[in-house]
Amino acid sequence: MRWRWLAFAPIGGVLGVVAWAAFAPLQFSSREELFEIPKGTYARRMAGDKVEILPSTIRLALGVHDVLLLRNLDDVPQQFGPTVMMPGQSFRLPFEVASDYQFACSAHASGQMTIVVEPQPSSPWARLRWRAINLWEAVA
Amino acid sequence: MRAIVLLLLLAGSATARADDAVALKAGVFEPARMAPDFTLQGSDGAELKLSRYRGKVVLLGFGFTSCQAVCPVTLGTLAAAHKKLGAQRADLQVVYITVDPQRDDAARMKKYLSSFDPTFIGGTGSEEQLAAVRKEYGIAAEKVAGPDGSYTHSSFVYLIDRAGRLRALMPYGHAPDDYVHDVRLLLASP
Repeated sequence: MRWRWLAFAPIGGVLGVVAWAAFAPLQFSSREELFEIPKGTYARRMAGDKVEILPSTIRLALGVHDVLLLRNLDDVPQQFGPTVMMPGQSFRLPFEVASDYQFACSAHASGQMTIVVEPQPSSPWARLRWRAINLWEAVA
Repeated sequence: MRAIVLLLLLAGSATARADDAVALKAGVFEPARMAPDFTLQGSDGAELKLSRYRGKVVLLGFGFTSCQAVCPVTLGTLAAAHKKLGAQRADLQVVYITVDPQRDDAARMKKYLSSFDPTFIGGTGSEEQLAAVRKEYGIAAEKVAGPDGSYTHSSFVYLIDRAGRLRALMPYGHAPDDYVHDVRLLLASP
């Protein structure tokens, strides 16, 4: 009888994780999503390395991660996302409205960069979805 | 005593800069660099140099007069913001540079921009001149294949302060009130 209950333990574990993902509050040390151009990137590109720093789609959520922060740590100006950034310069872009923001961006092969800003994931379902998407993107 | 006063003033100015960075609705560059100057043909018939507007806040956008989607919305927003600024509008200049020099001559730009606000200034020039300006500002513009000669182009607006520094970038879609908010902050900052 006891062994039969043990067979349900994995299911219970999965349900526990799902419940945590749905009900535990989202916590981040910062609301900024940071992307940096490391020192030496220009030299690497000149040497033929294909260096991709910004993904073509960036996903943010209001109240959680709603500030895009770009930094150019290289020694030369760089086209970074939608704009040109000087060496040592940062660009901090806050979002207050949930929407898809399209930026023409010559740094991407598609010529476009999209920032998806989602509403604050305040319901259990929204938190579960937010965590699942982030996990998927981290793994993929 | 003088040293203490100087230190307090320095601390005050540093705090003000940090507050600006936090308070603007637009994306903020830190540190701000000088906005690259350019010389183009202005829609008012005069030479258009960015440095001509030193002392004013400049909203700098890129587009073309045949644009059906983005430019009318952006220019309508800027016109509404300009109106809302009241007396402070005298300290604001909107500059709109074409990405379509084949069709957008100075007269056409003047007519188009005047339909939004007669104070808006357009900039045009040769393909090479305009490409050089776009490169300095990181502006993407590409002609779309098809009969109407349309372009895809960067749709944000740069905010340049009175000293000619490129302070911020407002993405497409922001309301006139956001521009009013930021322009007032920039007008008040040193």
